[in-house]
Formats: sequence, structure tokens, C-alpha cells
Amino acid sequence: MTKYAFYPGCSLESGGIEYGMSSQAVAEALGIDFLEVPDWNCCGASSAHMTDHLLSLALPARIMALAETLPVTEIIAPCAACHARFAAVEYELGRDEELKQKVNSLLERPYTGKVKLRYFIDVFSNPETLKEIENKVKKSLKGLKVACYYGCLFVKPPKIMKYIDDPENPQSMDNIIRALGAEPVPWPYKTECCGASLGVTSEDQCTKLCNDILRIARDSGADCIAAACPLCQANLDMRQVTVEKKYGISYRMPIPFFTQLIGLALGLNPVSLGFKKLFVDPAGMLKKVGVA
Amino acid sequence: MGEVNLSQVLDQNRSFVDRVIAESGQDIRQCYQCAKCSGGCPGSTAMDYPPNQIIRMLMLGMKDKVLKSQTIWACMGCNTCTTRCIRNIEVASVMDTLRQEAVKAGYTDKAASVISFNESFLWTVRNFGRLFEAGMAMMNNTKTGNFMKDMQFGLPLMLKGKASMFPHRIKGRRELKNIFEKTCGGGK
Repeated sequence: MTKYAFYPGCSLESGGIEYGMSSQAVAEALGIDFLEVPDWNCCGASSAHMTDHLLSLALPARIMALAETLPVTEIIAPCAACHARFAAVEYELGRDEELKQKVNSLLERPYTGKVKLRYFIDVFSNPETLKEIENKVKKSLKGLKVACYYGCLFVKPPKIMKYIDDPENPQSMDNIIRALGAEPVPWPYKTECCGASLGVTSEDQCTKLCNDILRIARDSGADCIAAACPLCQANLDMRQVTVEKKYGISYRMPIPFFTQLIGLALGLNPVSLGFKKLFVDPAGMLKKVGVA
Repeated sequence: MGEVNLSQVLDQNRSFVDRVIAESGQDIRQCYQCAKCSGGCPGSTAMDYPPNQIIRMLMLGMKDKVLKSQTIWACMGCNTCTTRCIRNIEVASVMDTLRQEAVKAGYTDKAASVISFNESFLWTVRNFGRLFEAGMAMMNNTKTGNFMKDMQFGLPLMLKGKASMFPHRIKGRRELKNIFEKTCGGGK
């Protein structure tokens, strides 16, 4: 059985609860074991790295050190923002021994780097698992047009993320969507920023970026936008109300997580996948693929 | 921008420029002003100087103008500039360093809302170990005096089971407090 250290992060227990529900359900259906990091803390997110460099490394390093107590070789973080903080730890502490010691002097359990960060989408898009998903599809999502939205933090910048996906035109989620029988639409905003980090402090800027993404997805013929980051998802889902007020356009574009779509195709119950937690009603989209 | 005596300014602020280079780990002197960073920047419409100009102003030692700019607070850290920089400069990391420098130097007029958000966010992390959204929102609204801010989201989030009334407290809270105390002086 494939095992990973699983870091839910604060979002998967609150605003992105359906990402956590669907990730766990899909992993179980595919025989993948997610072991939650014991006593995990918040990664500090952008608030920490806007405030203090050392703080922004020590918080995620504590989590990665705790993951080393588990019988795993890799850690995953479904939240792209948490993932980016772990990637920063690997990159910066990996090339600077002095900095690593400085960070470790703040931790009760030192970070050694033996548990490596794995790109969460790749947990499902690697060739073996993708084949497994294809074999286990019970309810093909044929006819559904999906705009795959990776957001910025999973793929940028590539020298720190050093993974398989292209930072401007990534493909891993597109491959998953294709394996489910659905159609990933070509569109240019796959990795454009949605502005979530300024959602509270600079709403105007954020609303404009959301409108751009929603408009281009709609014009590309998408029935929904599949998200891979709980901050992007919450932003694009909840802010459609604000976008409507400011721009007078009502998109009603459902923003499911890509893991919820995998779950649908595997024949799992939409309620257990958290479809009721979405703000924009996904009923039309579910009807299109024959799940009522 | 008015008249600026560049060589004099650079001499006065050389230590500042050196510190930004050291803290960010980015040799901004490699920049040859192709402006690719600004071309792709999703935040540029909300900025007073595009990112490439900030880098040039830094090279010229224009500390005050850079730290007082709207640009450093309109940057969302999406790393598009870093990804595309042909001279291998992590522009977004430079912006992080500039925000930290601006707070240290007290240039906070244009950033009151961002700073109060960050302080509220980190306060909950320092005390509970994890983010506590409701507590953060209340603290942030009290700090900014904008009591009803984002209230339209609060109730729907609660009804969907997406926001808790109570914080989750981790066991390692003392370790976390220690991390905060030894890095940013405990956070405010």
C-alpha cells in the first residue's frame, strides 16, 4: 500500500473542508494511505513570509520534522499555499547548512530532510495511479467540460517546485480529467493568480482577478473550474457574489476540487465528497454527468 | 518623481541595498531591465511603480521611494515574475524582503490593512498553533475599526460547516510561542 504523510493544513478543516473529505475518500478507494502528521501546526502562510524570513521557515520545518516520525518517505499537502512553504524549506535549508542549523535550534525535533515533498496532483496523475483510476471509473464524466485551474503556488517558480509540471501550461490535472472521461478545455488562465492572498485587504484587486478567470473559463466553454488549492477555490466560489455586484455578470460557475471529480467518476456518493459544501450550486453540472 | 541626486542617494543608502540583497539572497544588480516581470504581473494595475522599476530604484539606492511604494503591498507573491525572470532573480522574494524592511522602518501608511491582517492571523497561530478564522476576523475588524467587514461571508461559512466558533489548540503550543519569540519578537 502506498503511504504518504498527510498535512491537511488549516484550510482543509475549514473553508476547504470538501477538499479534505474528497481527498481522503478517493485515496481510500484507490488503496492509498494518508497518515496525518501528528500535532501539526499552521504553516504560517503568506502572513509569516511577509513578516519574518526565519519564522516563515521554522513553522513549516516543524511540520516536516514531525512527519519524520511516521513510516513514510514522502509528505503531501493538498493546499498549494502550504505546499509552497514546504518547498521553500526544502529549497532553502537544502542549500544552506547554517540556515538549517539556525532553524533547527528553534525546533524541539530537528528537521533532517529525509521525508521529501511530493506534488499532490502527482499522487493521482503518476502513470500507475492514473491507470488504476481509469480501470476503476464506474461513472464516466463524458460530456463535462472542465477548465483545470492549478493556481500559482503549485507550479511557480519551477526552480523551487522542481516538479513535473510546466509552470505556464501544466498538464497533470488535465490528464486526470481525461482519465475520468471528461474533457479538459484548453484555456490560458491555468496558472494566473486569483488574488486570494489579498482577498481581505484589497478586495477590488482580488475581485478583478476573479472576474478575469471566471470570464475566460466561461468563454473557453467550461462547465466548471476544477481547483487544486483551497484558497483559490474559496475565492472563486464565494466571490462570485462580489463579482456579480461589481461587474453585473452572473457566472454561476461551479468550482469543485479535482479530487471531488475523481470521486464522482469512481462512483462515490456526492454528499460524502462534499458537493453540498460548495457555494455555487453544482446541480446543473452533476445532472450533465447523470448524477442527481 | 521630482529631482533626485542619484549618486548621493546611493551613497547614503548603500547599506540598505546590501541588506536587501543579503536578506533576499537575490543579486538585483543582475537585472538588465527587460521588464518581463512587469509584463506578466497580475497585480501591476494596482501598483504605483511596476516591479522592474522597483528593482531599478533599488539599484539606485532610492530607499524611501521603494519602501513607501504601493507596489510592495499590491504584490500577491504569485511568483510569475520569479518564474519568468531571464536573469534568475527571484523578484517575489525581493518583494517579501521589502515588506519586512518597510515594517521595520515604520513605513506602514499604505499597508495598515495588510499588516493588521497578518498580525491577527499570526496571533491566532502563536496562541493556538493553528489558524482560528473567527478569532482572526474579529481581531482584524477591531484593529481596523471596520466591524462588519466580510460579515456577509461569516454566516454562510458557519452554515456550511466551514468555520468553527472555537479554536483547535495543538499540544506543541509552547514550542510555537518560543519560535515566535525568537524570530519576530513574539508577534504583536
